[in-house]
Amino acid sequence: MTLLAFDWAFIIEKLILIIIIVLTTLLITLYTTFGERKVAAILQDRPGPNRAGPFGLLQPLADGLKLIMKEEIIPTSASKWLFILGPGLAMTASLMTCAVIPWSTEIHLFGRVIALQIADINIGLLYVFAVVSMGVYGIMIGGWASNNKFSLMSALRAASQAISYEIAMGLALIALLMSTGTLSLKTIVADQVSGHWWNIVYQPLGFLIFFICAMAECNRTPFDLPEAENELNFGYHQEYSSMKLGFYLFAEYVNMIMSSAIMASMYFGGYDLPFFDESTVAPNIAAIIGVGTLLIKIVLFVFLFMWIRWTIPRFRYDQLMNLGWKKMIPLALLNMLITGALILSKL
Amino acid sequence: MQALTNKSIAVNRSPMTIWERLYLINIIKGMAITFSHMFKKQPTVRYPEQKREFSPVFRGLHVLNRDEQGRENCTACGLCAVACPAEAITMEAAERQEGEEHLYREEKYAAKYEINMLRCIFCGLCEEACPKDAIYLSETFAPANYTRRGFIYDKNDLLIPNTLTNASELAKAKGVEA
Repeated sequence: MTLLAFDWAFIIEKLILIIIIVLTTLLITLYTTFGERKVAAILQDRPGPNRAGPFGLLQPLADGLKLIMKEEIIPTSASKWLFILGPGLAMTASLMTCAVIPWSTEIHLFGRVIALQIADINIGLLYVFAVVSMGVYGIMIGGWASNNKFSLMSALRAASQAISYEIAMGLALIALLMSTGTLSLKTIVADQVSGHWWNIVYQPLGFLIFFICAMAECNRTPFDLPEAENELNFGYHQEYSSMKLGFYLFAEYVNMIMSSAIMASMYFGGYDLPFFDESTVAPNIAAIIGVGTLLIKIVLFVFLFMWIRWTIPRFRYDQLMNLGWKKMIPLALLNMLITGALILSKL
Repeated sequence: MQALTNKSIAVNRSPMTIWERLYLINIIKGMAITFSHMFKKQPTVRYPEQKREFSPVFRGLHVLNRDEQGRENCTACGLCAVACPAEAITMEAAERQEGEEHLYREEKYAAKYEINMLRCIFCGLCEEACPKDAIYLSETFAPANYTRRGFIYDKNDLLIPNTLTNASELAKAKGVEA
């Protein structure tokens, strides 16, 4: 199927893969919101949502329906286009990350070898980094366009928080890059699968820094200063209603899942099931096992995110900046130095 | 200054040690605490399916009593309305006519008897004031309603089912209330 010098089957295959991955991500996100409420409830000795459907399993649908049915309000003094653009941008940026995540090995279907990764680009890590940085634009634009002082303060906080923690995050990634020697996520995961230890063994400090920064980038408690209710009412989505608000709330959970997937891929072997040799089973089955393993790892990380959220109170803003600039960045630099020294000693 | 009780604990203001300043140790301790709560018993009562038992002295919705022959006890003397500190009770008296002896125990009865459950404070003074054993506070409480009018309970809502003609319904009402 080659027409106009395009391999159309390839394009169709990628299109289907994109649709499947995006839809699955959204579905998982839907249930992450439910999971969040359930985890919060269980950690606080409550039963949590249990009315809609068996065990409350239809609760996310009810929540979504409620959000859609709400009146769509655009404040008269708001900048209309930017106001609409904000949540869309937040959502797009958070979904874009899934393009480079290797979900599993190849599957063989209709005589074709289909890689379960939308795009294996050789600068995967840089791409992730760039897209994660984009995420703050949604918050900034939304907060600014609302024309509300609280939203603006919140946007300001979000922007400075993201910038502060991105530095430490980038430095932690550079240390990982030094030890793996590649920027391609596919190669990073493949290296961990083929006999090597997982990267967490080589980069424990780097992982800790990355994890904390990822939490800050996702605006999760204890770093959820942009939506600190007691100071800023509702933060950057103060003026939003209906599905535009839903997009913002949704984007946070998509972000969480994506950073869990990235962490699992970079530090915890991605789709690698430990103590199991994938070559002993048929490639298609191995691919399915891989997807399942990665999903379990993602769920564990998401649970960790939630567990931390319902344990630790929010930082004060100066504490946040103090931690970011005076602790995380020196630690990340130290981590780089140690990694460099170890690589040198091995040569 | 001397402390009044031995319950107060002085705040420790000594500078944090290196382990405390690391946050991580204490964060992990805190997370262990929240994790342990996953296995604790939930105190939640799942309300409509599961009801908490009231104590025997619980003062809930009022009922108007009947005697063994199914006749209304209330004689509309108005003592309950006088006793009521919230002025929730109103009534109109009427004279029992010839042939109504099976309905009302005495010559006078309440033609209209209303309790406004939004005003009522469920103190039970009406119950204490009643000389005829006619009004009692049951062990149920007023269910939600859409209008204020719905909270004004009239005689039909308050009167218990007739012992003789409607025994099964009485048993049902008692079963629910118990």
